Amino acid sequence: MFVFESGNVAAAIAVKLARAQVIAAYPITPQTPLTEKLSEYVDSGELDAQYVAVESEHSALAVCIGAASTSARAFTATSANGLLYMAEQVHWAAGARLPMVMCVVNRGVGAPFSVWNDHQDSVSQRDAGWIQVYAKDHQEILDSVIKAYRLAETVCIPVMICYDGYYLSHTFMPFDVPQQRAVDTFLPPYKYRHMLGPAQPTSLNTVTLPGGRPDIHGEFAPGYMEMRHNLHVEMRRAIDIYTRIDGEFAQVIGRGGNPIAERYRCDDAEYVAVALGSMANQITDVVDRLREEGSKVGLLALSLYRPFPSEFLAAELSGRSGVIVFEKAISFGHSGALYADLQAALYQGAARPLMWNYILGLGGRNYQSADFYEAIRACIERGPSAFDNPGWIGLGR
Amino acid sequence: MPTEELSVLTSASYAGPGDAGRTGSWRVLRPVIDYQKCAPARADKPLCFLCWLYCPDAVVSKTRRPQISLDYCKGCGICAEECPPKAITMVEESSFAGTE
Repeated sequence: MFVFESGNVAAAIAVKLARAQVIAAYPITPQTPLTEKLSEYVDSGELDAQYVAVESEHSALAVCIGAASTSARAFTATSANGLLYMAEQVHWAAGARLPMVMCVVNRGVGAPFSVWNDHQDSVSQRDAGWIQVYAKDHQEILDSVIKAYRLAETVCIPVMICYDGYYLSHTFMPFDVPQQRAVDTFLPPYKYRHMLGPAQPTSLNTVTLPGGRPDIHGEFAPGYMEMRHNLHVEMRRAIDIYTRIDGEFAQVIGRGGNPIAERYRCDDAEYVAVALGSMANQITDVVDRLREEGSKVGLLALSLYRPFPSEFLAAELSGRSGVIVFEKAISFGHSGALYADLQAALYQGAARPLMWNYILGLGGRNYQSADFYEAIRACIERGPSAFDNPGWIGLGR
Repeated sequence: MPTEELSVLTSASYAGPGDAGRTGSWRVLRPVIDYQKCAPARADKPLCFLCWLYCPDAVVSKTRRPQISLDYCKGCGICAEECPPKAITMVEESSFAGTE
């Protein structure tokens, strides 16, 4: 069934279809309509869940951690400073290996105060141990949230679905809503292996010592470092698992996705633009225009950011003439975080492409198709001397 | 490293003695019970048991002659503090050296 709704409502519908059992969220712009819609679903009985009204984002995620520990399907959502306020629990949820899904409706981080879009909030949590998926349209938001529960529950790692504030959260576009029965087939009920319950009182995530030690049964109990190692190994495995899950989603729902990245006119491209989130939509038009003018340009719209699909990207981008990375976040004093990650992935490749990094759209700063067009043209025409990396689009505008 | 360790997600402990290891090895002061003063031992009746109740590590037995598991007693001294007839004395561990 096609509906015409906002990105926030697409996310809310997905949470309902996933039959989330505990929702705890604190309203923050531009996430607010998502949590409002969910509270309506719970109030009307359309969604059989506990909606816990909390006093902060830190508590919101703490509630989800408690809920997920009892094997309840938990959901929260936030933006910007709300995400940073819950940061301690963000790391905890991943270290505790609790499957849950959080939507991060991307917004610039204060100070100075901004309610507008960029990616600094979720990118700043890149190393927290969560899987990060970026959606670029409403259908991807809806599908990704449902797939994210399957992924989280398969690898016992929480998943962030990130989508652009306003550009996606508050704009309307048509998207298909799958049948509840089909989603139930794809996403059966889940049982967490360390499940908390009265039948077996358990203290979870107890203090670990620098070394391993015998547990009460006299068996070797892994220490902190083994658990961190396990999280990393499982994160790497999650790349292939997510691809497989996407295939199962396509079988059951009838619509596949691009679990790692969407390739647009990449096959014979000499130059490839790379971007996260909704700006990729705009770049497809720019790619078309550059193609008409004879430049062999393609676009890689990356959706899976953590775990970083380095093998996929190396295979895709090694041997190209150039790679242009557009980013709405920056690792201050260095470059865009994605740019640095991509450089590392391509360093081992046989033929390293030239690489450029553009920072744009911070705090909602306007950008237009002409900006991408001129930015890509500058790289093609002027080569390594195009600008001092990173280049900034829209300064002083 | 055994492969089954890779399947371990996080640390968890279940109710039972000694989940944090043999914590008795930390002990500096050892509780010693004088059964001439201990209320249940003297009366030969199930009474008092404040040492059992207050022990944060649950290492005191609820018996008419309470026993303390030195494998797990950390020597905190709460039992000695709470004992109404002052039947429990905290004794320097070093004074037992060579005697056991």
